[in-house]
Amino acid sequence: MATGGYKDNYLVTEKLVKRFDEALAVDEVNLSITQGEIFALLGSSGCGKSTLLRMLAGFEKPTSGRILLGGKDVASLAPYERPFNMMFQSYALFPHLDIWENIAFGLKREGLAKEDIKQRVGEMLDLVQLTPYAKRKPHQLSGGQQQRVALARSLAKKPKVLLLDEPLGALDKKLREQTQFELVNIIEKVGVTCVMVTHDQEEAMTMAGRIAVMSKGRVLQVGSPEEVYEHPANRFVADFIGNVNLFEGVLSLDQPDRCAVQTAIGEIQVGHGVSGALNMPVAIAVRPEKIEIHKTRPDVDHNVFTGKVKEIAYFGSYNTFIVQASDVKITEANTSRHDLSDITWEDDVFFWWSDAAGVVLRD
Amino acid sequence: MMKLNIPVPGRRFVIGVPYTWLVVFFMLPFLILLYISFVDMGNDISPFKPIWNHETGLLKLKYENYWSIFRNAQDGTGLFHTIYIEAYIRSIWYALCTAVLCLVIGYPFSYFIARSKASVRPALLMMVMLPFWTSFLLRVYAWKGILADQGVLNQLLMALGLINEPIQMLYTNVSMLVGMTYVYLPFMVLPLYANLVKMDFRLLEAAHDLGASPFRAFWLVTVPLSKAGIVAGFMLVFIPCLGEFVIPSLLGGPENIMIGRVVWDEMFTSNNWPRASALAVVMIGLIVIPLAIYYHFTGEEK
Repeated sequence: MATGGYKDNYLVTEKLVKRFDEALAVDEVNLSITQGEIFALLGSSGCGKSTLLRMLAGFEKPTSGRILLGGKDVASLAPYERPFNMMFQSYALFPHLDIWENIAFGLKREGLAKEDIKQRVGEMLDLVQLTPYAKRKPHQLSGGQQQRVALARSLAKKPKVLLLDEPLGALDKKLREQTQFELVNIIEKVGVTCVMVTHDQEEAMTMAGRIAVMSKGRVLQVGSPEEVYEHPANRFVADFIGNVNLFEGVLSLDQPDRCAVQTAIGEIQVGHGVSGALNMPVAIAVRPEKIEIHKTRPDVDHNVFTGKVKEIAYFGSYNTFIVQASDVKITEANTSRHDLSDITWEDDVFFWWSDAAGVVLRD
Repeated sequence: MMKLNIPVPGRRFVIGVPYTWLVVFFMLPFLILLYISFVDMGNDISPFKPIWNHETGLLKLKYENYWSIFRNAQDGTGLFHTIYIEAYIRSIWYALCTAVLCLVIGYPFSYFIARSKASVRPALLMMVMLPFWTSFLLRVYAWKGILADQGVLNQLLMALGLINEPIQMLYTNVSMLVGMTYVYLPFMVLPLYANLVKMDFRLLEAAHDLGASPFRAFWLVTVPLSKAGIVAGFMLVFIPCLGEFVIPSLLGGPENIMIGRVVWDEMFTSNNWPRASALAVVMIGLIVIPLAIYYHFTGEEK
């Protein structure tokens, strides 16, 4: 496919705004999506991710801003004129048409020759392994099969961008995990640029190459799953993606390669610098799995604190300890790195983390 | 299917009520009608004779009541050239026209209501049903006032200078169709609305997304999905219109006699109860056939 030098910013939104009456649903969103990547819009309900997706599809008209596909503004095109196809959360399969007709629907609108339609629908049915079900009606299929029909239907027209609205939202948990990989495999096989919307961070992390975390209509951070998890840009992202311990405090030391923050549990040292003024309020985010817990004081000189074990939750592959230190509750998730079977409720413990574990958050 | 845990006598009672109703008020009158349609005309005291002959003790079915519907005995012009057949055909034609008109007017109507905000829908539906609160006759008479030679519409057209003298609108087929369409429109709107309001709006979005223009999406998705509503509305208009008596007599022309009027005339003018009954039985047949088609269609949905 000719991209005309727009591979890295194939699909771009420029200061995209959507206002419903007085409510600002999408607030100046700038995104740049690379051709062929799976890009996730992640956020809780009401954060504007669905509205953003619906603007890409053409169902909502942007209040202002531009949507560029390969450098061309598509914001003024009606949904039926856009080379975008969407897989709906509810699948929106046509109940009066059989599976074959559902997949052929978009192709027929293009006025393709009968033979071409037949071949393309055949390919799609093969791709999602539903060839034996071609003559069934949607309601005769299971949820997972319906989802695959919806995928096949949205891929049949070879869209330039595939939009997925909560692609796994309608499936139960067990099926979801299995389907995640199946879906990614199919999308990667086809090589289509894909924008998905999800509220499920796990889904976004496993499926997407890059994630945009959204809240209140704004994009807070864009990055790979690892970047977003390891280096959250602010408190919201840190809290939204995975579990996190946030320690509020003030910056007490700021050097190019390290800094320290005075918090309620004591001074926390972090192995990176921040460009900020001393005594400015900041927070430190520490992931639970990076905290070690011991009955005896570990042989380290900083980031060691004491507390009392309040809760222990058993999850099979790991245990979670809730430790009370002064006024702060700290969560520690142990991934069987060392034996903790002798630690029990109300034990006084030491916990520590390396200075590479913490991330200073200014916002 | 779930089995309801209702004690047997209770269950029998619940099922028994509608059955009894149907037997007493539908089955029995129909059997009486069927009986009368096979006997001889009576006199002023009893309008029909018994089916058995007291003197010979034999049963005598008078098929002539039915034959005379289909065959003109007097001039022998052959089968189906009778005023009855003409009246049937005319009734079917005008009932069809009314149903089609109601569909054409009612569909956008229902679509509009179903697509409006949920908060205003009850008010809009109320407006559809409001005319039912006034007497049916009053509403038909109102059309007389509108369509008469000196009526509102003619006077308006003359005042606007569009016509010089009144156009005959009342007592024509047009005025009859206007009246029937007006009266039966809600019977089309309500089932269509009930169907359209359930439709998933996202299906239309999906159709747009796949390249269907709004018109194509309507034709390929909305219309097929509202088929059950269209059939129900059509039947609800067509069936009562077929036997409609009051509106054609009040608004229709004198030369175009509907089957309802014919039955009336046979019954009360010619005092020929058996033939009137035979005409009614044939008409029930005419209604049952479209009904059977209707049930065939709705049965297919399941």
